[in-house]
Amino acid sequence: MRALLLTLVFVAGCAEVWNDPYPAADRGRNVLYSAFTERPKHLDPVQSYTEDEARFTQQVYEPPLQYHYLRRPYELVPLTALEVPRAVEVEGGRYTVYTIRIRRGIRYQPHPAFVAQNHGLERARIARLDSPYSLPLGTRELTADDYIYEIKRLASPRLHSPILGLMSEYIVGLRELAARLRKLDTRKQDWLDLREHRLEGVEKVDDYSYRVKLKGRYPQFVYWLAMPFFAPVPWEAERFFEQPGMAEKNFTLDWWPVGTGAYMLTENNPNAKMELARNPNFRGEPYPADGAPGDAAEGLLADAGRTMPFVERVLFSREKESIPYWNKFLQGYYDSSAIPSDTFDQAVRVSIGGEVGLTPEMEAKGIRLRTSADTTILYLGVNWLDATVGGDAERSRKLRQAIAIAVDWEEFISIFLNGRGQVAHDPLAPGIFGQRSGREGINPLTHLWQGGRAQRRPVEQARALLAEAGYPDGRDAKTGAPLVLYLDTVGRGPGDKPRFDWWRRQFAKISVQLEIRDTDWNRFQEKIRKGSQQLYILGWNADYPDPENFLFLLHGAQARVKSQGENTSNYVNAEFDALFERMKNMANSEERQRIIDRMVDIARRDAPWIGGFHPVAYGLSHAWVSNGKPNNMARNNLKYVRIDARGRAALRREWNQAVLWPVLLILALLVAGSIPAYVSYRRRERMAAKPA
Amino acid sequence: MLAYIVRRTLYAIPILVGINLFTFALFFLVNTPDDMARMQLGVKRVTPEAIQKWKADRGYDKPLLYNAGQDGVRSVSETIFFEKSLKLFAFDFGRAEDNRDIANEIRTRMGPSLALAVPVFLVGLAVNITFALGMAFFRATYLDFWGVILCVAMMSISSLFYIIGGQYLISKLWHLAPISGYEGGLDALKFLVMPVIIGIISSFGGSARFYRTVFLEEMGKDYVRTARAKGLAESVVMFRHVLKNGLIPVLTGVVVVIPTLFLGSLISESFFGIPGLGSYTIDAIQAQDFAVVRSMVFIGSALYIVGLLLTDISYTMVDPRVRFG
Repeated sequence: MRALLLTLVFVAGCAEVWNDPYPAADRGRNVLYSAFTERPKHLDPVQSYTEDEARFTQQVYEPPLQYHYLRRPYELVPLTALEVPRAVEVEGGRYTVYTIRIRRGIRYQPHPAFVAQNHGLERARIARLDSPYSLPLGTRELTADDYIYEIKRLASPRLHSPILGLMSEYIVGLRELAARLRKLDTRKQDWLDLREHRLEGVEKVDDYSYRVKLKGRYPQFVYWLAMPFFAPVPWEAERFFEQPGMAEKNFTLDWWPVGTGAYMLTENNPNAKMELARNPNFRGEPYPADGAPGDAAEGLLADAGRTMPFVERVLFSREKESIPYWNKFLQGYYDSSAIPSDTFDQAVRVSIGGEVGLTPEMEAKGIRLRTSADTTILYLGVNWLDATVGGDAERSRKLRQAIAIAVDWEEFISIFLNGRGQVAHDPLAPGIFGQRSGREGINPLTHLWQGGRAQRRPVEQARALLAEAGYPDGRDAKTGAPLVLYLDTVGRGPGDKPRFDWWRRQFAKISVQLEIRDTDWNRFQEKIRKGSQQLYILGWNADYPDPENFLFLLHGAQARVKSQGENTSNYVNAEFDALFERMKNMANSEERQRIIDRMVDIARRDAPWIGGFHPVAYGLSHAWVSNGKPNNMARNNLKYVRIDARGRAALRREWNQAVLWPVLLILALLVAGSIPAYVSYRRRERMAAKPA
Repeated sequence: MLAYIVRRTLYAIPILVGINLFTFALFFLVNTPDDMARMQLGVKRVTPEAIQKWKADRGYDKPLLYNAGQDGVRSVSETIFFEKSLKLFAFDFGRAEDNRDIANEIRTRMGPSLALAVPVFLVGLAVNITFALGMAFFRATYLDFWGVILCVAMMSISSLFYIIGGQYLISKLWHLAPISGYEGGLDALKFLVMPVIIGIISSFGGSARFYRTVFLEEMGKDYVRTARAKGLAESVVMFRHVLKNGLIPVLTGVVVVIPTLFLGSLISESFFGIPGLGSYTIDAIQAQDFAVVRSMVFIGSALYIVGLLLTDISYTMVDPRVRFG
């Protein structure tokens, strides 16, 4: 016992902290610690389309453009390009041409694909490799060919690019190339060399510039040039990973990205951890010298002009459960975190006036809170094909308007989101051109402007509209039958009951019965595809900050049932559609604003979406993290972040001193508990005869 | 014995085919190949052509069980079930829907699963048997009474509670171990201490109580009375006679579990961030990855059959009265 005590005291004295999940050698190092919940499915820029994947791919791959890190509204700036390309119309506007000029001297990260001898590896050698980086490494300069190669990869029959359908509509020859490759690729070849196949609409001008020819006008194309779909991919990388034996080791381009960005993926274990290391060949990029109003006051311009990246390594650990994730953040083992809904009250307090702040516990740790409205909308949609709530008839329109007043989204946000949301007054998200704010921005059919803020209209007005729709007191005026509506939703378990009850109460306010058809995601999608839903809840996250990317969700040509598009409400309005066709190809201007205003008015009046909300993200970061600013459009944010590693190490030590007395107490209790047993045992052993 | 093993192995084949068919039916009852394609391709901008292409690339564009467009054997062989299932019997698991090699994943993840499951199994077994023997030794005393109360109380609590409570106390309040994570080699020890302790505690109540019942039943038999009548010390009676003979029913529950230790723990691995086969299976179910689900169910059932076979063999070793039929 004494020896055990001495050992415990000795160990406690020697070790700094016992609960540090990272190697002792990394303490005090310039490493950023983060976590991921969902394992990425694809890291190939031609296939990757989710945020979970973008946080890795966008550190490695560099498309020609990027979003300015600090400025708002979001603004495109060059990344590898020399300037943001301008659209040049040719043949009387039949085609549009973008010429992209890239910087000279940009070099790829060190990679075995750039060493010729690594292209003829024996299968046995590959089988012995722990990582592709165990092989000799090389590099080369980035050229326009790499961008062209990637655009051709959109059409590859071996890959599944989610934007092939969309881009085939615009890039000249892309659809034809895809058809040609499909016929040609019998999978007999080991590697499909796309350099040998011409893409009519993409042309190399010289080693540092290329030209993309689009059908008609598509001003939103420049936004796509800021996404990894248009990042460069060296042909050598594809060829290297196509060698026999590579796939069996999970060495594929889909899992081992090769780029020119600030970081390179050096450890890829999506089951446990992913590690990015600074790309030694990165050219360096200056931190922005200007930003949005208030950025300087928040210290976001303190590093203006300094060469990025600031952090040497970024370690992502897999955390599938929110409790360990949150606790490790509080212990200082993650540098930043979102706030799980279970722990919201522990982290944030909302004053009577509605001001949001951190709890004293968080403030004492120096934790900082940043909030930002997501460029996302979640809405209660109506199926336009439904006989009761859908369609252009005045009766159903008034019914929708009545529901739009009755459903109190402010209350929903307060109860279920801890206030982390903004009521949507139109289909556009905050920060997107065309969305008006303040008095001009409210939906006058559902809200009034009173006391300097939007107030929901009284429910009596909803009842009056319902009566005008032919349902006085929630009953059909002709038949007397109660009005029963159906809401299709994707349930997540018993925890949904309060939310379902809330939905029923909203409709009960106007004496309408609501039946909730709770289903799984697959069946829900099937109903949407077939148009068999009545009311449903769905959302949209912006691809790029343009009103077209939201308003197309109500465009008739995109109707889900008719054309399998993104208009899940199957909403059709000839005027709206005509305005959309005009608006989508316009540059931001007063005229475009006027058209958008009219479209928003139509959408409010027709109400194919009966209101909704925009989530507001609450992010926490420790005091040792600098330059963190939420950016909903881009995920290439790691190069901007700076950390004070020494300060972090000191605070971690302070916060995580091992508490040994409970261990000693438990040991003492075990010993104390075994004494009576021992005494009893000895007594029995000494007994002359066994008890009967 | 060899003939017995061969016979049992041959029996296993129709069982595995049946399990495979059952898994297949269950999976495709709730997921269509279209659903799987959508899950992998995402929800944005997915065209019907893209879905068709995804299915064709992975062989999900064929009928599920019967191909009416083909004649003879091909009407069965040109189906998703046949093409996906046959290779399993050669332990060719193919690729997951995210294109990662399943065999490679299993090899990589087996280590962490075993690193957690083996200590929990061995130490847990030792602790539970010791405690159960103690309770049996002190039967009908207050030590036995409170021991049973403790067991009933502990078996009534959800294992999730032990995990969350353990993480809260051991890592959050006392800072004695990392709350989650995993590293290979010796570094794994600091990540495994807490899950192992919690794993042992969470299985303690039910197992110890069961073993106590087994030992008490054994203690009431004639040979124990004879041993006592011979004047043997109680400790000798307990450890040399009761423990040995009580092990036969214990083996039923224990040996069958040994091969399945490879499969890991579904809940513990998720909460403690251990990248084992348990969390792999959970991930696959959530991602509707039929290739992985099918492989894990196949391995699980095969290992379970091996476990049952080992149990039968072990019977003959510990009880000379049992012979292979």
